[in-house]
Amino acid sequence: MNGVHDMGGMHGMGPVEIEKNEPVFHSGWEARVHALNIACGFHRKWNIDMGRHSRERIPPAEYLAATYYEKWLRGLEMLLVENGLVTATELATGRAESSGASALRPPEVAAFLRVRRLARLDDKVTPKFRPGDRVLTHNDHPIGHTRLPRYARGRRGVVERDHGVFIFPDTHAMTRDRKPQHCYSVRFAARELWGPAASTRDSVYVDLWDDHLDPA
Amino acid sequence: MSDHHHPHHDDDHVREHDRPLSGPALRVKALESLLVEKGLVDPKALDELIDTYETRVGPRNGARIVARAWVDPAYKRRLLADATAAIAEFGFIGRQGEDMVVLENTPKVHNVVVCTLCSCYPWPVLGLPPAWYKSAPYRARAVIDPRGVLKELGEDVPSGVEVRVWDSTAELRYLVLPERPAGTEAWSEDELAAIVTRDAMIGVAQVKVAGRSSR
Repeated sequence: MNGVHDMGGMHGMGPVEIEKNEPVFHSGWEARVHALNIACGFHRKWNIDMGRHSRERIPPAEYLAATYYEKWLRGLEMLLVENGLVTATELATGRAESSGASALRPPEVAAFLRVRRLARLDDKVTPKFRPGDRVLTHNDHPIGHTRLPRYARGRRGVVERDHGVFIFPDTHAMTRDRKPQHCYSVRFAARELWGPAASTRDSVYVDLWDDHLDPA
Repeated sequence: MSDHHHPHHDDDHVREHDRPLSGPALRVKALESLLVEKGLVDPKALDELIDTYETRVGPRNGARIVARAWVDPAYKRRLLADATAAIAEFGFIGRQGEDMVVLENTPKVHNVVVCTLCSCYPWPVLGLPPAWYKSAPYRARAVIDPRGVLKELGEDVPSGVEVRVWDSTAELRYLVLPERPAGTEAWSEDELAAIVTRDAMIGVAQVKVAGRSSR
């Protein structure tokens, strides 16, 4: 979706400010939001791409005004209701209408975090491209989730490396269809993306899938 | 929950971050209570998760990888060829580090990592991302004006050096291998690890020794 989350190349956002000695969390509730997201993920009612898409669907003005963990809180509330772990009434009243689930327990946390939740798949899929191939990205504007940023649509690049077969997030977020296909690092000259004001030396590498690319 | 890193609740900066849209602290508390009542989360597991990311995972992990690569050419070759396996030799595996790629900075190439669409970041080696990495200014500008961003942050990349920006749009996670500063030839691996910074491993800073730099 052409959401405000797709920020690459936008102007007017101000300077990048690095905070010295920044704590991991700036307050207790931020830490709780982060942990709640992981602990609720334990129930496997949604995948990481659905999670990203929940935050993308926060209305633009609210998205820009919210702090990082406010977005994660809002996204989690959406995921819980949309995937049936909590009803809208329960969320509104704060009172449970049913219970009995089996939660992630403290002794299981370390192992749960070390599980490799692989987006890489074992499926045998023939790659459409090889390193060195010239490609043209699709000029698509889907209403749903996509990992092809706006700034890289309809642009010419070169396949730098083939990462192997991965889940395709664009369908995985919308219908849970993994649609296994190759994911590549594609190199775009800075001038191809940003015009003649950009450096002739520089480039941007974007990880893209077969379904984003045509031969050029 | 661990209190190791929660000493700053009263300073002005934190108040800015806590600026409520609709009282997030209250909303989070209500949500947690509901989820506990439903049996969906165990508050002690939340404590354990928080302690993990506050005290056990962080950029010191990545610094050990970088220092090893600087002193051990065979390790560096493994790291550049298959970063996931080479990093796993240290036991740094799991969530948000499932498929790693290491990018080597050289006198001719400067790599810098961003996630323009969200906040993808290699947790097992760098911990959770800092606020600036997740901020709109960095996500917006790193791809269109990397030299301007780097200059603001104190890194004036010479025009003869190629800048490569890596936008983390897939489940690959990127770690920059910074240049080893001159004058550290006799240093031990531990001494080297101590000077490697988070920002150097994202690619917005160089590793420096007492005011000197590698460039």
